[in-house]
Amino acid sequence: MTGNPYTLHRRQIRPLELFGRAAIYGASSLSVFLLLGILCYIFWRGSRTVNVDFLTSVTSALKQTVGIGGNLVNTLYIAILTLLVAMPVGVGAAVYLDEYMSEGRGKALVEWAIEILAGVPSVVFGLFGMAFFGGVLHMGYSLLNGALTLCCMVLPLVVRNTQEALRAVPAEYRWGALGVGASRWHMVRTVLLPAARPGIVTGMILALGRIVGESAALLFTAGSGRFLPGLGRGIYRDLQALAGKVVCSGGTIAVELYLQMQSGRYEVAFGAACVLLVLVFIMQVLLRAVAGKGRRDE
Amino acid sequence: MTADKGVLAGAGRENRGRRMVADKVAEFCLAACAAVSFLAVAAIALYMIQGGMPAIREVGWKEILFGRVWDPVGTSPKFGIRSMIATTLVGTFLAALSAAAVGVLTAVFLAELAGERAAGIVGTTVDLLAGIPSVIYGLLGIYLLNPLMYRLERKIFAGSRTHQFTGGANLLCAVLVLAVMILPTVISVSVSAIRSVSEEVRASSLALGATRMQTIFRAVLPAARSGVAAAVVLGVGRAMGESMAVMLVAGNCVNTPGPFRSVRFLTTAIVSEMGYAQGTHRRMLYALGLVLFALITLVNGVVLGAMKKREVSM
Repeated sequence: MTGNPYTLHRRQIRPLELFGRAAIYGASSLSVFLLLGILCYIFWRGSRTVNVDFLTSVTSALKQTVGIGGNLVNTLYIAILTLLVAMPVGVGAAVYLDEYMSEGRGKALVEWAIEILAGVPSVVFGLFGMAFFGGVLHMGYSLLNGALTLCCMVLPLVVRNTQEALRAVPAEYRWGALGVGASRWHMVRTVLLPAARPGIVTGMILALGRIVGESAALLFTAGSGRFLPGLGRGIYRDLQALAGKVVCSGGTIAVELYLQMQSGRYEVAFGAACVLLVLVFIMQVLLRAVAGKGRRDE
Repeated sequence: MTADKGVLAGAGRENRGRRMVADKVAEFCLAACAAVSFLAVAAIALYMIQGGMPAIREVGWKEILFGRVWDPVGTSPKFGIRSMIATTLVGTFLAALSAAAVGVLTAVFLAELAGERAAGIVGTTVDLLAGIPSVIYGLLGIYLLNPLMYRLERKIFAGSRTHQFTGGANLLCAVLVLAVMILPTVISVSVSAIRSVSEEVRASSLALGATRMQTIFRAVLPAARSGVAAAVVLGVGRAMGESMAVMLVAGNCVNTPGPFRSVRFLTTAIVSEMGYAQGTHRRMLYALGLVLFALITLVNGVVLGAMKKREVSM
C-alpha cells in the first residue's frame, strides 16, 4: 500500500485519505457555522426589539404598545404549575419502580408505558389535552389545562432521570441505612433522595426546557391569551387576580412567537425568539452547574 | 442489584408501630404515582382511539390511507391522506439523510480528531442548540430560507407554464429546516456511540498499519454502527413528530411530495385544521393523530430493538 516502505520522511499523498479528511473538516465546520450563525442571527435581530417595555407591556392596538409581558407571566405560570404536579408524581413513580417493585411483568409494563409516552409527538398531547382535560373535565382553554397536558409530556423525562440517579446510588447506602434500623421510607427519604438529587434536578431542568419551548401541545389546550391581570391594587388583590388566571386562556412565549410569525410580524417574533433563547441558555448553564456538581460529589 | 432486593425487602419489616403506618402510607403514595404515570399513557391511547376510530369506521381505512383527495369541508367531503403520509415519510427521510451525512462526520471530528479545546467549544455549541425550541427554527426558515428558495424557484422554472409557484414554501425548505433541527441530536448521540468504541479497536487498526482515516472509516465507524444508526432513527422520530417548525415553511397545501411543491405534513394538518374542524372532520384529525402515533411508535421500536441488539453484542 505504501510507496516506499524504507523511508519515514516521504509521506505519500493518498487522494482518498485527503478526501475523507476534507469531508470531516468540511462537515464539522458547516455544522458549527450553521449553528453559531443561527444563534448570532437571532440575538442580532432580537436585540433590536427587546427592551424593558417589550418585556413588561402587552401588545395592544389601543395603547400602541408591543410586548410579551403577559406571555412571560403565562410561561412562568405554566412552568411552575407543571413542575408542581410532574415532579412529585415523576419522582414518586421512579422511586416505586426502582425501590419497591420487584423485577417482573408489572415493572416491565409500566416502564414500557413510560417509554411509549416519551415518543408521543407533541401535537398528539395537544389533541389529548383538548379532548380529555378540555372536554371531559370541562377545563376549556386554560392555563391549568395546558399545565396538565405538559405534565403528561415531561413525565417520562423526570421518571427516567430519577431512575438513572437512583441506580447510581451504591447498594451499600441502602444496606447501611436498613442495617441501622431505618424503615424503608425513612431510607428513601433521608438517604436515597438526597444522594440522587443532582439527577433529579437534571430531570427538572430538562423538563423546564421542554415546557418553555413547547408550542404545539399548548395551542389547543392553554390557548393564546396574552393579557396581564390588572396589578398594583394591593398584594391581596394582586394575588387573587393571579390565582384567577389559572382558569383563563394564556399563551406562552413560544405560542406567541408562533402566532406573531403566522401573521407576519417578524420583529415581534424575533424579539420573542431572543427571549426564549435567553431562557434556554439560562437552563443550559444551570444544567451544566448541576452536572458539574454531581461529578465533584463523587 | 436485583439480587439484593429480596433481602432488602425483608430488612425493613423489623419496625413496628407508627413508623410502620408511615411506611405503608408512603408506599401507597408512591404506588399511586406509578399508577398515575401508567394511567396517563392508557388515557392518551384510549382518548386517541375513541376520538379517531369512529372516523376510520365511517370513512373506511382503505379510503383514508390510499385516497388521493383531502377535501374535508367540501359538499361531499373526501378524507384521503395518502399524500400527507407520503410527505411525512419522504420529508423526514430526506431530512434524516442530510442530517446524518453532516452530523456523523461532525461527530467523527468531535470524537476522533478534535483537540480538547476545539471539542469543548463545538460540543458546547451543539448542546446549546439541542435545546432550542422548534418554533425558532420555523421562524428562521420562513424568514431567511423561503425568500432564497423563491429566488431559486423563479430561476429554475422561468418560463414554465405548468409549474405552480409557491413563493418558496415547499418540501425542500421543510427538509432543510428539519435537517438543521435534528442535527444537534444526531451529533450528540453519534458522539457518544463513537466514544464508546473501545480503544483497542483503534489501537489494533493503527498497529496493522492503517492510516488515521482508514481506522476511522473502516474500523471505528463500523464498530459504532448500531449506535450511529440509533442516533439517526432518533432524529427521524423527532422530525416526524415536529409540527410547528415546518407548518408555515412547507406551504401547507395537500400535494404529492416534490421538491418544489407546497406540501402538508400529517402533524401540520392537525395543527392547522383543529381550530375550525367540526364533526367527522374533527374526528378525522384524531385519526391522523393515531396514524402519526403508529408511525412514530414503529420508528422508536426500531431504535429500541437496535439498542437491545447492541447491548447483546457488547
